[in-house]
Amino acid sequence: MKFFLTLTGIALAGASLMAAAPAFAQQKLVPAQSEIVFVSKQMGVPVEGRFKKFDAQIAFDPAKPATSKIAFTVDIGSATLGVRETDAELPKPVWFNAPKFPQATFQSTAVKNLGGGKFEVAGKLGIKGVTQDVVVPVVLTQAGVTTTATGVFPLKRLAFKIGENEWADTSMVADDVQVKFKLALTGVGKL
Amino acid sequence: MTTSSDHPARYSLTAIALHWLLGAALAGLFGVGLYMADLPFSPLRLKLYNWHKWAGVCLLALSLVRLAWRVTHRPPALPQPIEGAMPRWQRLAHHATHHSLYGLFFAVPLIGWAYSSAAGFPIVLFGVLPLPDFVPVDKALAEWIKPWHEISAFAMAGLVLLHVAAALKHQWLDRDGLVSRMLPGRG
Repeated sequence: MKFFLTLTGIALAGASLMAAAPAFAQQKLVPAQSEIVFVSKQMGVPVEGRFKKFDAQIAFDPAKPATSKIAFTVDIGSATLGVRETDAELPKPVWFNAPKFPQATFQSTAVKNLGGGKFEVAGKLGIKGVTQDVVVPVVLTQAGVTTTATGVFPLKRLAFKIGENEWADTSMVADDVQVKFKLALTGVGKL
Repeated sequence: MTTSSDHPARYSLTAIALHWLLGAALAGLFGVGLYMADLPFSPLRLKLYNWHKWAGVCLLALSLVRLAWRVTHRPPALPQPIEGAMPRWQRLAHHATHHSLYGLFFAVPLIGWAYSSAAGFPIVLFGVLPLPDFVPVDKALAEWIKPWHEISAFAMAGLVLLHVAAALKHQWLDRDGLVSRMLPGRG
């Protein structure tokens, strides 16, 4: 009986912990409905690539954006341009150096609600051992249980040493890279 | 070789200029194409591929000018003694070669363009002017198209060799001065 009571106590304590934990414990990324695309320009030609593996840890409350936290990890080795020869080059040291820096990370520092489903997420973006402050505009739409976050932001590839030595020539590959994302999330509260 | 029969009616200067300009450019582009296809991933490879595409589009445009000139300016007929001496198969081959070459002037670059579009690398002329895609981005389609750019280019190269061989035969074996129709100069 005593044993049973203890078990119940643990269960209750666990349940109350769950209830006390912020809502993000249930917020999950749906990878199959999400994408992270990057568009670079090779001699003026827009070339689209994507990361196939990434995950997010999200604690986002539309009502209290200031307390929200958004963290991202992207598996750098999963980058693809859809061309076998080029994909074999991307993990190499002059590009992403995936063996040494296997993950790119994003950690939000501030989330601002701009109204009308628009948000501004400031944070630290880390790629290839370099961390930079970025501000990412995000638009949220909701359908059923799914909240979809979309946005585009520019970054300078050379700031992250992506494409070194002979590949640092911006007349070949432009410095500006557009990052486009569509992230499907479950468990986000009503906007 | 100074008798009047050695100076048949010439092609127009425009036709002569287009013939030699495009002849040299196509030979150069064919060589670059052969060379770049075997290069490893490098800035040089990327540069040559783009230059090859830009030059190909320019030659396509010039070929259009050439075709327009050709249909509006009738080329000189073969001199009677030469045509009379040609067996029927030679006359057929003469016309077939020229018609096929004109067809390939368009087919080869258009197939290359289609491959580029299907592969997801649209052509941006000189790095500034995006050209339209006339086929969708489709990797399977790209793989299907790819060999045909090479096959058609080799077909053109073969016909060019045949064309040059025939010209040299006229010049050195027949010594009929036919080649001077396509050379600028007095006379």
